[in-house]
Amino acid sequence: MPVREGIYGLLAEFDTPTELVAAAKTSYDAGYRRMDCYTPYPVEEAAEAIGFDEPREKGVSRVCLLGGILGGLAMFTLESWVSIWAYPLDIAGRGKFSWVAFIIPAYEWTILWAGLCAGFGMLALNRLPSPYHPLFNAPNFRNGATSDKFFLCLEADDPRFSLTDTRSLLESLHPVSVVEVEH
Amino acid sequence: MATKDITPHNPMIDPETGEQRVIAPGYTFRSITEKLTRIVLTPHTPLGWFFGFALAGSIAMMLLVAVTWLFLKGTGIWGITMPVAWGFAIINFVWWIGIGHAGTLISAILLLFKQKWRNSINRFAEAMTIFAVICAAMFPVIHTGRPWLAIYWLFPYPNTMNYWPQFRSPLMWDVFAVSTYATISVVFWYIGMIPDLGTMRDRAKSKFGRFIYGQMALGWRGSTRHWMRYETASLLLAGLATPLVLSVHTVISFDFAVAIMPGWHTTIFPPYFVAGAVYSGFAMVLTLAIPIRKFYHLEDLITIRHLDNCGKVMLATGFIVAYGYMTDIAYAWYSADKWEFFMAWNRIFGPMGWSYWILIFSNIAFPLTTLWSRRLRHNVVYLFIVSIIVNTGMWFERFVIVVTSLTRDYLPSSWGTYRATRWDYMTFVGTLGLFTTLFFLFIRLLPMIPMSEIRQILPGAKINQAELQHKGGD
Repeated sequence: MPVREGIYGLLAEFDTPTELVAAAKTSYDAGYRRMDCYTPYPVEEAAEAIGFDEPREKGVSRVCLLGGILGGLAMFTLESWVSIWAYPLDIAGRGKFSWVAFIIPAYEWTILWAGLCAGFGMLALNRLPSPYHPLFNAPNFRNGATSDKFFLCLEADDPRFSLTDTRSLLESLHPVSVVEVEH
Repeated sequence: MATKDITPHNPMIDPETGEQRVIAPGYTFRSITEKLTRIVLTPHTPLGWFFGFALAGSIAMMLLVAVTWLFLKGTGIWGITMPVAWGFAIINFVWWIGIGHAGTLISAILLLFKQKWRNSINRFAEAMTIFAVICAAMFPVIHTGRPWLAIYWLFPYPNTMNYWPQFRSPLMWDVFAVSTYATISVVFWYIGMIPDLGTMRDRAKSKFGRFIYGQMALGWRGSTRHWMRYETASLLLAGLATPLVLSVHTVISFDFAVAIMPGWHTTIFPPYFVAGAVYSGFAMVLTLAIPIRKFYHLEDLITIRHLDNCGKVMLATGFIVAYGYMTDIAYAWYSADKWEFFMAWNRIFGPMGWSYWILIFSNIAFPLTTLWSRRLRHNVVYLFIVSIIVNTGMWFERFVIVVTSLTRDYLPSSWGTYRATRWDYMTFVGTLGLFTTLFFLFIRLLPMIPMSEIRQILPGAKINQAELQHKGGD
């Protein structure tokens, strides 16, 4: 990721998930959209508050479904091709297209590719791995976001963002601190 | 044992419900994080760890010796012969795979059932799955004697011999079942660990630790958008792992059930194998959890409630296994087939009958009569002993199925016997060493209890709706 100049956003720290969700709601109602919450465990209410609806996005589920269908079809096709054309075995005149036996490896591959697509698809949709992120520059972020603190970041590329107004909005929400995050 | 089950001010009893708590009260997000990261990030590795690791490691070395000698001399060094061409290798394979199944049951099926108590034991149960699958997968491969050739025997890929595998064989189904199981287990385990690796990265003091955990955490920062997709992916993986785990032991039972051996080709095999797998797997969870919680002082997180629940699952699956044994005998009688009938008689009273009685004692007679008692299920020493006994019993179950059927089949002129050699024992005991070694490395280097999931069951994790309404009204 190219290192950019300037401010990434304003980061407010909270002690409890309830304060975070209340703050996120207030900011969303004030018209901010480029924002995100950072929590040490999943907080569904925070996602609602910032207007992120994963079930509606359906990204991970779609990738998973696609992977499952392709995986199952690929294995079934391979088995049929091998058994009918590439390496037919004539065992006492039994049929070559014994599709019942082919179901089992195809079933396993359906699960294999659906699972791989769910896992790696989730990472890809999340733009991970990304070892660098501007938030890691914030002095208090690493100490809290993955253990016991709750953060709300209003990002600078939101059209409503202004260093002074946004800061006063965040400060009115009784955070522990508000810091500027550099790129 | 003078203490009563319920004492009036026992902090482990929830005063509202009167039930055992899942985790001890009084933990905060920070204290839980510190307690669990300290186990890994401490500069002072406990002496006991080195001792255990050295012991397990030297047993694993024995495996290396046994396998090296096997590759030099061939499978003739084992006790396998005609008619028992499937000896320890298949017994150990089925036993190890079965042990892995409890890990997936805890991590996937209990997640789908929203059993929050599973949170503190699911990470190491999954690790147990992966290490057990590693031990299991080794056996069919070394059983080929020439594992470097097994690649084209097992995997369909275009090769210069223009050869393709036989997809109608249950042994090929095994390849896909077990390789999928191993892959999905690793993915599920790793995905589940990413948030905790982020915590480790942020709490590591050394530069090296920050770098390694930082690379492994993939830049996880706890974004809510990430968390929501992560939760969906976890549920999907759990939903996929559930039919997968049932299919794996089903396919393994097909190795037997598709054959025409007396005592093997019964339709009860798939469910009975799966139940047996879960039975021995939960026993292994107890075998591992009880010393670990003692050694690392994790009694607050892996509580009596967890051990008690494992005991209950064992009781339930144990009865399915007992039903399987009864069906085996009932089938032999109802089939009116003299070979089946003889097989059942030979299994119980024949020259290998002692193994059947060991299995009846250790899978049925002892555990299923005592696990009923709540008092005993709350007794850690009893649970540890019963877990070892059940694992032994389940090993003997596989022994009985494989050996008694093969030694005496249809034609008395081809009857034989089976005696394992020291190389068989060394290989089997060696895999126990390998499994334990991997486990020692895991508890030293990775967070064995999922912190992010424990945080969700702490009292402070819930959103206070009343306070939220109040703040919204400001």
